[in-house]
Amino acid sequence: MSWAGKILRVNLTAGTVKSEPLRMDWAKQFLGSRGLGSKYLVEEVDPKVDPLSAANKIIWATGPLTGTMASTGGRYTVITKGPLTGAIACSNSGGYWGAELKFAGWDMIIFEGKSPKPVYLYINDDVAELRDAAQLWGKTVWDTEAALKTQLQDPQVRVSSIGGAGENQVLYAAVVNDLHRAAGRSGVGAVMGSKNLKAIAVRGTKGVGNIANPKEFMKVAAEKKKILAENGVTGQGLPAYGTQVLMNVINEIGALPTRNHRDSQFEGAKDISAEAMATPRKTDGRKPLVTNQACFGCTIACGRVQTIDKGHFTVENKPQYWGASGGLEYEAAWALGAANGVNDLETLQYANVLCNEHGMDPISFGATIGAVMELYEMGVLTKEQLGTDAKFGSAQALAHFAEITAKGEGFGKEIGQGSKRLTAKYGHPGLSMTVKGQEFPAYDARGIQGMGLAYATSNRGACHLRGYTVASEVLGIPVKTDPLVAEGKPELVKAFQDATAAFDSSGLCIFTTFAWGLPDLAPQVAAACGDEFTLENLAIIGERIWNMERDFNNKAGFTSKDDTLPKRLLTEPAKTGPAKGLVSKLPEMLPKYYEARGWTADGQLKPETRSRLGL
Amino acid sequence: MQKSLHINPDKCTGCLQCEMACSFENYAVFAPARSRIKVFDFHATGRKVPYTCTQCDEAWCLHACPVDAITVDKLTGAKLVNESTCVGCKVCTISCPFGTINYVQETGKVQKCDLCGGDPACATACPTGAITYVDANWTGLNKMQAWADKLGNQPTA
Repeated sequence: MSWAGKILRVNLTAGTVKSEPLRMDWAKQFLGSRGLGSKYLVEEVDPKVDPLSAANKIIWATGPLTGTMASTGGRYTVITKGPLTGAIACSNSGGYWGAELKFAGWDMIIFEGKSPKPVYLYINDDVAELRDAAQLWGKTVWDTEAALKTQLQDPQVRVSSIGGAGENQVLYAAVVNDLHRAAGRSGVGAVMGSKNLKAIAVRGTKGVGNIANPKEFMKVAAEKKKILAENGVTGQGLPAYGTQVLMNVINEIGALPTRNHRDSQFEGAKDISAEAMATPRKTDGRKPLVTNQACFGCTIACGRVQTIDKGHFTVENKPQYWGASGGLEYEAAWALGAANGVNDLETLQYANVLCNEHGMDPISFGATIGAVMELYEMGVLTKEQLGTDAKFGSAQALAHFAEITAKGEGFGKEIGQGSKRLTAKYGHPGLSMTVKGQEFPAYDARGIQGMGLAYATSNRGACHLRGYTVASEVLGIPVKTDPLVAEGKPELVKAFQDATAAFDSSGLCIFTTFAWGLPDLAPQVAAACGDEFTLENLAIIGERIWNMERDFNNKAGFTSKDDTLPKRLLTEPAKTGPAKGLVSKLPEMLPKYYEARGWTADGQLKPETRSRLGL
Repeated sequence: MQKSLHINPDKCTGCLQCEMACSFENYAVFAPARSRIKVFDFHATGRKVPYTCTQCDEAWCLHACPVDAITVDKLTGAKLVNESTCVGCKVCTISCPFGTINYVQETGKVQKCDLCGGDPACATACPTGAITYVDANWTGLNKMQAWADKLGNQPTA
């Protein structure tokens, strides 16, 4: 079993909370978390709904392995129709909150409608109720967590909440739990804010005690943990350096998008890398990196804990930022740094901390600043408008933009709309480095060709977490492929997308896939949930989930025309590095991808694909 | 040879595998809320510290118990709660200076670490070696070795 078997349905308009049995028939087809939550969404929400209207729903979902001793079993997913893209949004987070929800006896929570006033949901095992959040509205994520622990007189309560960015409907606002872990992308926090829902506080004491075959589960989970421990990436690279281990590697292969993708190598990469985080500062002799940190159940522990130099201009006279705090991951360091040409590590740390504190996605925020800086250098945006000089490389401008965007002040309101809307407003839509309205992460599609296809076809807009072919094209996992060629990439992208969907739906973290494949996941799911979850079944479940998401997007009005990349990546060749002279070969890859997917030439599911997958 | 649980907070990542292992061993459920070992996360410093009973020789809990429900496991040195004798008076929870024996409202008894009969599940589950089960007389051995290494194991020029 291992699902709690119970979901919570909260009608925010009516202020009601009720328990429902989990649809086990759907659980068997879509597993949990991303897949199962998305199934509920596509069944219950009109794909054409306005994402920020009361008719949209937002779902917090755990997987069957969430809250178990399987390594990394602490994940949950927030699923809704996303305001940044208009596509299905589905953002995954670690920390401790997901496991706590499961321990309270719930697989997921579905919120519908819109509360007339700010509320939060309090769950204490079986008891769940909506409570007034007037005193919490306006507070940061960090202050909200602290206030709820005090108010509920329970220091062990776990909180998933929004800060000012979500309240103000910054279109890439995040949902943040345990201070520094975020369901970061696609603006799920803005949907939460649009519903006047501030937080979900959970205390779960019941635990997970319904593993199908406990003895087998403990044995196989232990074996799989050993694989993670002995793997170079999950056993050494990630715990020591975090995802930041990639900064210099990706720069060297010429795939580090720089200054809004004008360049694909950053001369300042070494200054913002993992190595820089582990080097003592000249000013105070301390390393920025304090230690690594695990999420619930994770035996990898890639999380970063860092400090900012107390004397740095960003935090001078702000003692609240002097302690240890959530540190830079690769994506954040890239988006805040290379994407803007900023190489000042302390400013990146500060901007990153503001993203956590106020609840916004550092990728979309940072990448939007890249567009702002380009428009500034072109003379389209002025110092008067922005409140600062904003040349590429300006740390002062980055810090200023982080502050005004997080607080929704002045030009920060426009930055909070994301680069697609901002560049369109100022007449240069081609400068938005996005797919379906969502900003790229930290891999240049010209230097890692598979990623270009993965971005163009990602169901939530540009994203590295939907099909991370970097693993194969750069790191050689599970097999090395040439990052500069298009050949074989359609099949590779499809395989990564489907396997990732299965991992995401299990409740485990996809970072395990540096060491594990579906053959490592399957026996853990089978021992926990039942023998029917074979390798073959999980592969089909992953493919089914991918196609279900796609179908929702098609019904929302997306077509094959939206499976594209910005003109810059298709027409402006990379200037330096191994990919010099190359553009993305997307037009060559896309038709083959559709074919591999069993889709029509315009990207619709063929009837036989639908029936093969049971959709 | 008697062994002790030995904790090195520097190595703890806060993954809570120990808490799940503890509750699973004792109650066949993954439930940190029922664990006898607790990991504390100090955000301002980034430090995580696992904490559980140290099995005092002159155990306050044992001496305080009015019904002699707490006894010594001769083999492991663990102080054990005999649930059929315990009356749930909680005097032991007051007397323990460290807070590592606690009342469980679901059972009406107290619970504490019993070293799992000599094979502590938390130590087995810990992925980083932050919790180890070592010779009780030599809990300082690794630390001594590390300092000895610094002091006299440098290559000569």
